[in-house]
Parts: sequence; structure tokens; C-alpha cells
Amino acid sequence: MSATTLEDVISSKQVEELETVTIRFAGDSGDGMQVTGGQFTSTSAIIGNDISTLPDFPAEIRAPAGSLPGVSGYQLNFSSRDIRTPGDEPQVLVAMNPAALKTNLPDLEPGGILVVNTDEFNANNLKKAGYASNPIEDGSLTGYRLFKVPITSNTLKALENSALPFKQQDRCKNFYALGLMYWLYDRPMEPTVKWVNDKFGSKPEVADANIQVMRAGFNYADTTELFTTHYKVGKAKIKPGKYRNITGNEATAIGFIAGAQLTGRPLFYGSYPITPASDILHELSKHKNFGVKTFQAEDEIAAIGSAIGASFAGSIGLTGTSGPGVALKSEAIGLAVMTELPLVIIDVQRGGPSTGLPTKTEQADLLQAMFGRNSDCPVGIVAPSTPGDCFEMAIEAVKLATKYMAPVFYLSDGYIANGSEPWEIPSIESLPDLTVQFRTETEGFFPYLRDEKTLARPWAVPGTPGLEHRIGGIEKKHITGNVNYEPDNHDFMVRLRAEKIQRMQQDIPDIEIFGDKTGKVLVLGWGSTYGAITTAVEQLRDQGKSVSSAHLKYLNPFPKNLGEVLKSYETVIIPELNLGQLAMLIRAQFLVDAVSFSQVKGKPFKVSSLVNKIKEFL
Amino acid sequence: MLSQRFLVGECLLMTCFPKTRVYFNDEKRIMSELTNGAATPVKLTRKDFVTDQEVRWCPGCGDYSILAAVQKVMPELGIPKEKIVFISGIGCSSRFPYYMNTYGFHTIHGRAPALATGVKAANPDLQVWVITGDGDSLSIGGNHFIHALRRNINLKIVLFNNRIYGLTKGQYSPTSELGKKNKSAPMGTIDYPINPLSLAFAAEATFVGRSMDTDPKHLSTMVEKLAAHKGSGVLEVYQNCNIFNDGAFKGFNERDVRDDRMLYLEHGKPLVFGKDKSKGIRLKGVTPEVVTIGENGVTVDDLLVHDENAPEPSLSYIIGRMEYPEYPVPMGIFRSVSKPTYEDMLTNQVESAVAAKGAGSLEKLINSGETWTIN
Repeated sequence: MSATTLEDVISSKQVEELETVTIRFAGDSGDGMQVTGGQFTSTSAIIGNDISTLPDFPAEIRAPAGSLPGVSGYQLNFSSRDIRTPGDEPQVLVAMNPAALKTNLPDLEPGGILVVNTDEFNANNLKKAGYASNPIEDGSLTGYRLFKVPITSNTLKALENSALPFKQQDRCKNFYALGLMYWLYDRPMEPTVKWVNDKFGSKPEVADANIQVMRAGFNYADTTELFTTHYKVGKAKIKPGKYRNITGNEATAIGFIAGAQLTGRPLFYGSYPITPASDILHELSKHKNFGVKTFQAEDEIAAIGSAIGASFAGSIGLTGTSGPGVALKSEAIGLAVMTELPLVIIDVQRGGPSTGLPTKTEQADLLQAMFGRNSDCPVGIVAPSTPGDCFEMAIEAVKLATKYMAPVFYLSDGYIANGSEPWEIPSIESLPDLTVQFRTETEGFFPYLRDEKTLARPWAVPGTPGLEHRIGGIEKKHITGNVNYEPDNHDFMVRLRAEKIQRMQQDIPDIEIFGDKTGKVLVLGWGSTYGAITTAVEQLRDQGKSVSSAHLKYLNPFPKNLGEVLKSYETVIIPELNLGQLAMLIRAQFLVDAVSFSQVKGKPFKVSSLVNKIKEFL
Repeated sequence: MLSQRFLVGECLLMTCFPKTRVYFNDEKRIMSELTNGAATPVKLTRKDFVTDQEVRWCPGCGDYSILAAVQKVMPELGIPKEKIVFISGIGCSSRFPYYMNTYGFHTIHGRAPALATGVKAANPDLQVWVITGDGDSLSIGGNHFIHALRRNINLKIVLFNNRIYGLTKGQYSPTSELGKKNKSAPMGTIDYPINPLSLAFAAEATFVGRSMDTDPKHLSTMVEKLAAHKGSGVLEVYQNCNIFNDGAFKGFNERDVRDDRMLYLEHGKPLVFGKDKSKGIRLKGVTPEVVTIGENGVTVDDLLVHDENAPEPSLSYIIGRMEYPEYPVPMGIFRSVSKPTYEDMLTNQVESAVAAKGAGSLEKLINSGETWTIN
């Protein structure tokens, strides 16, 4: 079977040029929407669009089929210009069943394209979704461009001659939807063909069926009268370089492998499965040939305990979790602070408190990272701003932890972790040298003797002759490290530990300004809100407004110039996916009357809501 | 801002610091020593394992005896002291590492096995000891205790069991007898105690032993056996807390009654005890019974024969549950079997991955997956 070429298509139907499109695929959690979205994303990136994605799936692995809680979605924004968010409102919604329509329709923009799988709009499914009448027949969807496609039956028809059992044939229907969308947005099918063949290499009949169904979907759109127009989204002007599509969790995993390699020490990852951080464990466990040791611990405490033990023994100790896991690790983080060992704690934040919204995003663990331990217990905190940025910030976390012999928090979140974007692959030469040197000289050795500049104590690992020493959670005597309860020594050591973290500032770059160095409004953000904030500020600046933005990737300590920057604007607005945690820190530390703009819906900010908020101060 | 607040401290700091920090850049040498494990023969003495720290246990505490036994055994192991690590949790016993002139880590309550697992996994060439107590390992750290044992990671766990919380001044512990009156149970505890050995068998520990502070010779032998075992091992040591639970074991372990009320296990030998070796343990179904040899036709051949290497732990489990006064209290090695260790399997996976894929290349890793070039 030969593919319909794009030329054939272009000759037969109208083509319209678009700059940016946001599509959302929605279906049952077993319908393969994440794969469909992922494939559309990869193909769009490969043909030169800029992309940004937002997977959105339920916490339940398979909620009852057809039910509202079981709906899984994948939104992607692709464009011929530089984009930084997955888009506020989709212009296109593919709904594989009534439940998917019900939960996603409110987001679809008025007049948007709506493709529905009519086969699933039966009485049973309509009832499960809570529809009294069939929306695709009762005229309630007239505000949209509705395309009714019998996706399931067309899929089965395409596989008439396949030997696959019915259930497996049925599971190919997401590729039919993908084929439809490939035609509608003028994408080649070859990258997906290659992916399917690689993925199902050992099951050629499954690979063939998926490819056949995708082509059937493509051809259906091409040949029926249903679709009269298809759309072209040109190549974006992207900085020259070599790219790959990457999710935050992938970039985090390989970033830490890289960080450890740059130090010359093996990586040890102690972790306990938790959404949305588990993918980091999965990814790292694949790379044992880098000397990476992954340890799936019995609980969160053992996970961090093992990482601290590994650090003591000379590895790069890393532990990863989400907010509830951090709560369990708190005491052990204190131990790492007291024993001054390098350690990185990954927190892929999710909606809380307690179990909260396991698969949804939030930025509400900042104060937990900052203060969530007994006593004065300072740690370094970094936060990646985009999926690709995870790679760089992982390396930064390793650098600060090893150079200052201290724990460092790495605050990612569900949005960054599962979202993806094209990532410019850095050259190996551009990566910093982080070589660590263990103390081996016995002359003049004391476990708590310090480097004058960084205040780091020596890293003397078991196995080194003559440096046998004992560390622990009890207060240390300055220099000797012996157990000590003297009031003045304790006062001194508490301040010293704080000062050591503060001195990380020496290795933290100044915060950069997007826009003007002074003006009416500065929008200050941190972590995953980077894309939405920058896009909002860019739009307002295009309208000539006096607004700039700055984004914090280092939250403890703050960059040296932050205080100056904050004083250079009439108003500082701090949008966060929490109830104002960064705003609280900024107000406390800089006495700036910053305006907090909060949202905690388990979803990223929409650009439009940021624009509206900022306008209030212009 | 923080810096400003720190100014006073900072001045103080600067005067305290030596002006330079010297690091020798010969990591390769250390690491090759660490990884080859080429132990140069060392002649060490007990004194080499003593630190300059004042021992702060109460005078008369059973911990002294355990420390002495360990310090006595250490030089005989032939392992350079820099390759030995003592890791403890919280409690009186957990101060132990401060008194051992090896590498040491006094961690947090209950978590010593977790820390130790990280140390051993990161560098399998180290000999890693865990020092813990009944509260530390069976209450707050119960989970780590179980999982360290079931993984068969080569940790040498010495469990000081004094059946009381000492450091917090006298509350009942998970091994305190039912009905014991103490600070937190003035009317007597209503918690049934746990038998640490039962838990160890259930967790598939490959070495399970028991000794006591008042028998230094036996204790030293048990420490030696634990040191020699490859895999996760636990040695329970009955240890007297003379302040909060004095005489906890004296019903059976005082010198004059010991022979009749305790039973020293010997591999391959029948379970015999008593001053004149006249008593023994016979199995009736799955229940042990105390019998007298020569009475009612009982001969030595009727007695249970101890097999510490038995693949099936059930008999050891039955023996481990014998308690005074119904039975003599068994001492010695209950179980010592061999199976692949966690750290060996982990090292093996790393080596297999390298053999299959080649040593990791960062260049390849970051360029993996679908890539494209924008010109």
C-alpha cells in the first residue's frame, strides 16, 4: 500500500496557511491519546515547527471505560513562530467518546474544529457521560465546526483482512485519528511509520495494523467531502542547531547522568515510586552502563537515606519524589544538612496537600523546600523553567551540591515533567567541568575544616587510609566535627550553615530581564510558569506596554542582583501556582510590596489570564 | 540580607580558618584501592580501633561489653580499618560509632539500615556494620530492618536488645514483656512483644544469631561469625540496661543458673543443655518439648539436631521462639545460609550493561532518540 503523497492532496483540496494551532486529543485513558499526541508532536517538531505540549491524564490507570474521570487528554501547540506554552484554548478538539467531549468542550474556542468518533456516541456511553440527548445530533454543537467520523468502524473496516483479535484491532483507532489530523495539518506520516516499526519490531502484525489504520484515516480525510480545507503551518525560525524533542523528566534524568559524569563520580539514585516522578527512576534504571546505580527503596525515607549513604561513600547521591515524599524525607534532609554531604533532592511537584491531585501540576512546595524541616536548616534550591531547561538545572544542582557540600532541592513540577518541547542538544564541550576531589591528605585533616571561599568541608570517603572519622546528626564542634553541646559553638554552627548556603550566590548567575531595565511593571516568576509569563509579557510589550519579566531559576539563595532589579519597577507582580509562596519570600527578604497572583487549579496559567492581570497595573 | 546578618559570625569564621585548603588530586589511586579491594596485610591491635572520644554510657551498661568484644574482634579480621564503616541509628547503642576508630555515621532514628544500604551499594568493597537497638530497629525502623534483611545486602547488623527505651529514660520498647511496669505504662504494658529473631527469619535473613553482654567469649565468637558471613546478617545481643531495666535477663543468664536455663546451639549437634548435659529439646509435632535424657526412654537420638545451614528456616524459627521459663533460652547461630547478595547482583548488572552497550557515552546519550537539525 502506498501512501498518498502530499502533492496529491494539495492538488485536490484547498490549503490555508496558519501561524499557530493548538490541538487537543481526548479519549478514554486506555485509548492511547498520549501516544497519539506524542506522535503528532514529534512529527511537527521534525518538520520544523516550534512546539509545546501538555499531557493531562487521570490518576486512575483505567477508570471505568467511557466515564468522565477516565478521560485522558494531550494538548499541543505547534507554530511557525517561537512559542513557549501549549496554548490557552485548543482550536481543534478530537473527542473519542462522549465523556471526552463533555470534559473538554468547555475549553474549545468558539468556532473551533471538533472531530468526534460517532461510533462511541451510543446510549450507554452518553449515559455514562451524563448526556440526556446525543450532542452530535441535538444541535447543541452548532457553535463549532463539527466533523462526524465513524472512527471505530472505519478502523475495523481497514483491518478486515488482519489476523489480529478484535480487541487489538479496536485499539488501533487512535492511529486513525492521528491519520485524520496528519492530513488536516499537512504532516508527513513517515516519522510515525518509522516509530511504529521500531516500537513493535517484534510484533510486525501489530505494527502493520497501526500503520494501515493511520493511512486509512489520512486517506479518508483526503477523499471524502467531509474536509474541504486543510492547513499548513510553516517552519518556525528556530535557532540553528541540533534538536530533539524532550520531556522534563527525560531531561532531568539525563541531566543528572551528565552532572555526575562531569564530576567524575558515579550517580546513585535512591527513589520510591510516586507520580509524577517515577519516570525519572525508569529512565535512570536504563542507563546502568554509565555506572548509574538505581535503588528502588522500601519507602521515601529509605530512598533518601540510601542516597545520603551513597554520598558519604563518594557517589553523587540523588533522590527523587513528589511533595508527599518530601514530607517523609524531611528529617533525613536535616541529617544531610548537619553532616554537610552533597545531595540532590528532586521534587516533581503536584497538586496537594496530602495526596491531592497526583497527576496535576502545582508549585506549592517552595516553602516546604525552603523551610520544611526542624530548626534552621538551609538548603540550596534550584528550579528548571522548561522541559529542556531541566538538563541544565540538573547539572547546576550537582555543581552546587558538590562544590558547597550541601543538599540542594531541584523543584520541577508535573507540567514540566510530562510536557515536552524541542531541546537544542548542547555540545559536550560546552558543559562545565565539575571534577570533585576527595580529601586524601592526612596531615592537618579535620572533618569540619572548611574551604575559605565556599565554607565547604572536605569530602573524605570511607576507604581512604588515615582519614577515618565519624559524622552524625548531633551538633558538631567547629573544625574537629566532634559531638559538641556548647552554646556558642551551636550558635556559630547554625550561622555557618546558613552562610554556606548563602555563599552559593558566588556561583549563581544574575537574574536576566526580558524587556526594559526599569518601568511600570515587572512580572517575576519561577519554575514552570516561564512560558506563560514570557508569552504574556511579550504580547503586552508588542502593544507598547511598559512591562518586563524576570524568571528565577535559583530560589535559595536568590541571585545577587535580585534586590536591585525589584526596586527598578513601580509594581512587581508574582504569578504562582500556589497561594503566594515566592511572593512571601520576596516581601520578607526585600521589603518589596509585591503583588501576588495565584492560581491552584492543577493546571498551568493561561496566557490570557496573565495578560488580564498585568493590565490592571498598567 | 542573610549575609548582612551574618557579619559578626563571619569575622569569627575568618579568624578560625587556616589560610589554605590542600587537596591531593590522586583520586585514581584511592578509587583503585577501593575497587580492587587489594587488602595489604595489616597488623592491627585493639587499640587501633579505639577513638579519643570519652565513652558516655552509664557505668555498668552492657554496651561496654559489646564495644569491647567488637574492638577485640576487629584486628583479627585482617581488614584495613579505613575499609570498615559503622552506621547507627538513634538510642544509647547508636553512640557506638563514635567510639570505633573506623569510618562512622551516627544517623537518624531507625534509618541506619537505609543509610548503610546506600554505602554498601555505592562501594561494595567496604565492610559495613549497623549498630541498632530494639526501639531503633524494631519500632521506628522496623521497615528498613525487614527490607535490608530480605535484600540480602551484606550488612552486619548488631541489635542491642535491652527491652527498654534507655536514652529517652525508661519507656517500654517493642521487646518489653507484656505487663512490664515502666514510665509510659505505670499499670503495665498491654503491648505484646516482638521476637526480633522471628522477624529476621520472616524477612529471609541469611544469618541470624544471638548472644549476650555477660558472656564476652561467646559474644566475640558470634561477632566473628557475623563478620565472616556474606549477606545480610543480624546478631541480637541481650544487653542489660542497669538504669531503666536492670536484670532484664538475669532470670536465665546469671552465671549460676545459665547452664540450666540457656541452650548453646552447635551446628550438627543435638539440642542439649543443663549443667550435666542431661536435658534436651525434642519436637512433638511442631512444638518443642523439654526432655531429660534417660528418662521415659528418651535418648540423645530423639533430640532435635541443629542445622544452621538448613535451606528451610522453619526449624530455626521454632528454636528461635523458645523462651524462658517454658524453655531454655537458645544462644548461638540459628541460621547461616548463602545466596547471591544484593551488591553483587547490582555490580553484575552494571557490568553486564557496560558489556552489552559499552561504557556510557554522554555524547550518545544526549543525542539519542529522534533528532533533527535546523540550519
